[in-house]
Amino acid sequence: METKRLVFIGVGGQGNLLASRLLGEAALSMKIPTVVSEIHGMAQRGGIVESAVLLGDVTSPIVSNAEADVLIGFEPLETLRALGKCNKDTVVITNTHALPPFTVAIGQGAYPPVEESLRLIRSKAKKVIALDGNAIAEAVGNPLALNMVMLGALIGSGTIPIGAKEMKKVLSTSTKKAFLESNLKAFDMGMEKAN
Amino acid sequence: MHKLLRDTPGEEMLLLGNEAIARGALEAGVSFTTCYPGTPSSEIPENFFKISRETDLYFEYSTNEKVAMEVAAGAAVSGLRTMVTMKHVGLNVAADPLMTLAYVGVRGGMVIINADDPSLFSSQNEQDNRYYARLSGLPMLEPTNTQEMKDMTVAAFDLSEELQLPVIIRTTTRLAHIRGPVVLGELKPIKTSAHFQKKPFHFVTVPAVSRNLHKLLLERYDQASEKSDSGSYNQIIGDGKWGIVANGVSFNYVSDAVSDLGIKDKVSILKLGFSWPMPQDLCIRFLKQVDKVLVIEELEPINENELKAIAQENGILIPIKGKGVGALSRLYEYDPGMVRKAVAQYFGVDYTPYEMLDMSDIPQLPGRPPNLCAGCPHRATYYAVKQVYGTDAIYPTDIGCYTLGVLPPISMADFVICMGSSVSSGCGFSKATDQKVVSFIGDSTFFHSGITGLVNAVHNNHKFTLVILDNGTTAMTGHQIHPGVDTAPMGIERTRISIENLVRGIGVEDIHVVKPFKLKKTMEAVKSAMEYDGISVIISQELCPLFAKATGQFKKARPFYINHSKCKNHRDCINLLACPAMYLDGDRVVIDKNLCIGCSVCAQVCPENAILPLKA
Repeated sequence: METKRLVFIGVGGQGNLLASRLLGEAALSMKIPTVVSEIHGMAQRGGIVESAVLLGDVTSPIVSNAEADVLIGFEPLETLRALGKCNKDTVVITNTHALPPFTVAIGQGAYPPVEESLRLIRSKAKKVIALDGNAIAEAVGNPLALNMVMLGALIGSGTIPIGAKEMKKVLSTSTKKAFLESNLKAFDMGMEKAN
Repeated sequence: MHKLLRDTPGEEMLLLGNEAIARGALEAGVSFTTCYPGTPSSEIPENFFKISRETDLYFEYSTNEKVAMEVAAGAAVSGLRTMVTMKHVGLNVAADPLMTLAYVGVRGGMVIINADDPSLFSSQNEQDNRYYARLSGLPMLEPTNTQEMKDMTVAAFDLSEELQLPVIIRTTTRLAHIRGPVVLGELKPIKTSAHFQKKPFHFVTVPAVSRNLHKLLLERYDQASEKSDSGSYNQIIGDGKWGIVANGVSFNYVSDAVSDLGIKDKVSILKLGFSWPMPQDLCIRFLKQVDKVLVIEELEPINENELKAIAQENGILIPIKGKGVGALSRLYEYDPGMVRKAVAQYFGVDYTPYEMLDMSDIPQLPGRPPNLCAGCPHRATYYAVKQVYGTDAIYPTDIGCYTLGVLPPISMADFVICMGSSVSSGCGFSKATDQKVVSFIGDSTFFHSGITGLVNAVHNNHKFTLVILDNGTTAMTGHQIHPGVDTAPMGIERTRISIENLVRGIGVEDIHVVKPFKLKKTMEAVKSAMEYDGISVIISQELCPLFAKATGQFKKARPFYINHSKCKNHRDCINLLACPAMYLDGDRVVIDKNLCIGCSVCAQVCPENAILPLKA
């Protein structure tokens, strides 16, 4: 079976660990060999949070530089920073909503304009799907649903052998009832954006 | 019901590595569990803690790793199946009981989980604890994936009882924090009590007894060697002439590299799962069937050197290499690409590596280091102390969220080496220099290993200020309880120990208990402490807001905003506090009302009184 190496990158609190875990659950439900890796601990105090999902005939739980098939970035600066994981065939899915780090506020460096980051990413990756995931999450009335939007965009991109049906099944069994409807809506809207 | 209690043998679940270990312990019928939390081991005890509330499993957060090891030892020599978990540097703390527990051994199976941290994701060093197996003479198992983490844990309990020795399972951050499929086995019932059979001339390690026990340990070590050779966790895979040796997570990198390079029929892989004692006969067989050997192991060249020794003893002259091939070094964790490249290079296999993107036009990007949370009380305490003591004072710090005080603009961490070192090194700094000294330690760390340092400071008449940052929880590792925590809001019965009474009992006379969000009063207390000729202790009490939220103790306050008609853009708020709820919009500071918890510290810092609570 074909191997797919996915890297999720985000900022503490954006929910990318949950997204990668749910993707792993969906793969397991389809009997696709999978391993997910996460970083816990100090890295979560407002820092960068990276996770990886590997599908298919592969046992290594992490993705080396230049070896990602898909990069899913929850924040544009962090997508740009993580481009080292990509090669010329990588598909990049990125949120366009900026979360400037506090270092910028105290004058240590400038936050690159989002359009400039996107231009740089587009100039290097094979395909870039850029969407304002936070705006979609706000629109469905659930600001925490960014990770659902990004999962939707990933499934919509058609880059991995996991369909919307299987993914939604996992979302339905692992989401609190109060959030289920908005989560599924966020997922669908993310998927539409990627199509 | 806790998900790890599912009585569904054969079911396949996606489990975190640490969950797989906890499940394995339950399948082995573990009944007694202890720990001191530490990344990357913490999720194991977190699960035990929850499970202990639903079953007869005994679990405790012990005050430190040495205590955890000794508590577990008492239960294990009585006959209960016992597990104790800690991070790698925690085993340094527990090394004293470990070394002699190896002499006396155990009756109930005892498994020690040791989690190493190559690449230092959340640690102060990246020591290789495989050395502890050698130092103590205890067997060590090293799983390579989630299924093995579960299965080896079950096997480790049996092995421990057969050898009557504690068994160490070594994981690393990568293994602890992967999620992978695990096929469940059967749960065993929990045995709730045991009877200790006295045997003083075995269990009381006076010299005359221990002389015999050391001999006994060596005999048991020989038995362990036989099991290492005959068991299934060490194996030779393939029969090619190119030898590759791998342990732990690296085994996966090797397997993938061999597939990617298409050299499966050319290699023999020696997989070391029961890695100490080394399987001597298997190693000899391996060395005899290959022409050259590449050893893939993160951190120290331990297997490499062992194999070189075995080869020498057996007159085998083939090249054996590891460190120094390609990018394989003693530093940091390995990755699949690095291992693939090293294998290709060593055996002369042609391959085209993935091409890196040209990143030369990417500008310098602003960093995003971890930071104290919005409304973190540590930020307020640091601010107050700095206002009084300035930047020339020496600030020894300790292990916890507050170590992040090293970052600007707080910049108040000058020295840290291990848990508890802030207090004792403060003794040294204050004697050796004319500088003022303020040591910082968290509440959990104070109980862990700060108390003895404070006793030393009082007894030896040292003169400095100790700030105990009491946020009512063990915050960094995920909000575990400790002896100073009020557990009633969580519905847990534990006896709370007052830090203030403890400090008083030690003999500290100048004690200040402050609420750090009241900056003026806190600064007055700090001034008074600075003027005191002796040891002063400031206990800064405010719940960690994340913990307060998680336990229903959070007192909601109105978020703040900046009135821009009053604000003269001094930016003291952002330049001195750098609360992550603040950001720049153009050249003006703005507060994100969704992140602000209403601690009011910035409002007290603003010289224009321009920061005000939002109207409801």
